Amino acid sequence: MSFEIPADRRYRESHEWAAESDGVVTIGISDFAQDELGDVVFVELPDVGETIEQDDNFGVVESIKAVSDLYAPVGGEVTAVNEELFDAPELVNDDPYGDGWMLELDLEADAELDSLLDADAYEDQIA
Amino acid sequence: MSLNAPPLRDVHDERGASFTEFGGWEMPVEFDSIRTEHEAVREDAGIFDVSHMGQLEVTGPDGRSLLNRLTSNDVSRLKPGDSQYSTILAEDGSIIDDTVIYRLPDRDGNAAYLFVPNAGTDDAMTERFQRHRDEWDLDADVANETTAYGMVAVQGPRAPELVAERSDDADAIDDIGRFEATYVPFDGVECWTARTGYTGEDGFELVFPADDSEEIWTAFADDCRPCGLGSRDTLRLEAGLLLSGQDFDQDENPRTPYEAGIGFTVSLDTDFVGRDALAKQHETGADEELVGFVVEGRGIARHGHDVVVDDEVVGTVTSGTMSPTLSEAIGLAYVPVEYAEPGTEIGVRVRDRTKKAKVAPIPFIDTE
Repeated sequence: MSFEIPADRRYRESHEWAAESDGVVTIGISDFAQDELGDVVFVELPDVGETIEQDDNFGVVESIKAVSDLYAPVGGEVTAVNEELFDAPELVNDDPYGDGWMLELDLEADAELDSLLDADAYEDQIA
Repeated sequence: MSLNAPPLRDVHDERGASFTEFGGWEMPVEFDSIRTEHEAVREDAGIFDVSHMGQLEVTGPDGRSLLNRLTSNDVSRLKPGDSQYSTILAEDGSIIDDTVIYRLPDRDGNAAYLFVPNAGTDDAMTERFQRHRDEWDLDADVANETTAYGMVAVQGPRAPELVAERSDDADAIDDIGRFEATYVPFDGVECWTARTGYTGEDGFELVFPADDSEEIWTAFADDCRPCGLGSRDTLRLEAGLLLSGQDFDQDENPRTPYEAGIGFTVSLDTDFVGRDALAKQHETGADEELVGFVVEGRGIARHGHDVVVDDEVVGTVTSGTMSPTLSEAIGLAYVPVEYAEPGTEIGVRVRDRTKKAKVAPIPFIDTE
């Protein structure tokens, strides 16, 4: 089975992705991660205005069978939370890189983004 | 430790199953998605490989007596082709295992029984039965046939029609009532065919020689959805059925049948290991009992979470999931009897936060 790993973003080893655009970073989980979890039924996320550090446990994603902690690929102030996931957590399965996004952050340090895996390195990791 | 693989391991792998370890067996946890498998069983039909369940045969002149002294229900009520839900207890009345006991056709003029303990317990059960047989000087055979037999469950509203179609004797299938069983051939393979299950739906469980597993599985799997242990768990939980090692656990959370809400498996008129402890509890009443609950806020309670009332821990969640049928977080928990009434407001601690929950009647859904 092969998984989508878009090259326009970076990955944490724990399967979160971070995509930067004009200093705003969007965060979600990878196609591989959603497939491993199975049917996502619950997502717990921080509130807008909270500041999270790189590698912080910032939330939880639960499928029917498993509970999984979410770790911040980069740090920053939370500027948006995908509230649609509270009513439709299955978006994480259906569109992990699009409608299934979780947070937007104001990026604090570019270096944090550079410390993450690129698509090729992440592909090697899950192979 | 090496894992037992069910005879169908490769067939499942080819079909895209993901696997999990359960009771020392490597079993499919899901094929496509727990939700679609769950829905198939509620609305149509699905097939489960349950070859990991134990299969022990108890035969011989004193077979009945041995079973009656080691299980809580009254085996002597069973006629050939009947079955009953029962428990195996320790002296103190706590449940070691739960099981379904089937009475097979008589052998050599004696009653013969098949009982199905939980995955991974078959060796311990065999040892327990043989030890007591010797201790009580009974003339009985106890044979562990777990690896000799395969077992599948075909469950769902369409299961009776499907099982009848696939069998060589549709009329025989129609004649099997709930909790009854008989031998029926499928493509010439004699299967012990029982109208039992673990989903809350109508359906059948088939026991057959392990070598014929692939033939039996594929006869069904092309016309109903293959299902894994993931949906088996959500289905049984909605139906309020207990999971061994979770809703009762001899080591971590010892419980009697009365506490676990299965007092109907206890026949105090018979003499069995654990009876005296149960007779006492029957008289005084249990202090705690297993209840269903529904989480009212957002969040899912899971095994091991605390139940709280007024910030005080009063109980423990033993099972919890998001119910695919109800789209609500449901669970089972032991609570003091004063909180056991349906409608009682309780809290469950999920990751250091208390979520409101309400005690709910079990089963959570209408069952067959």
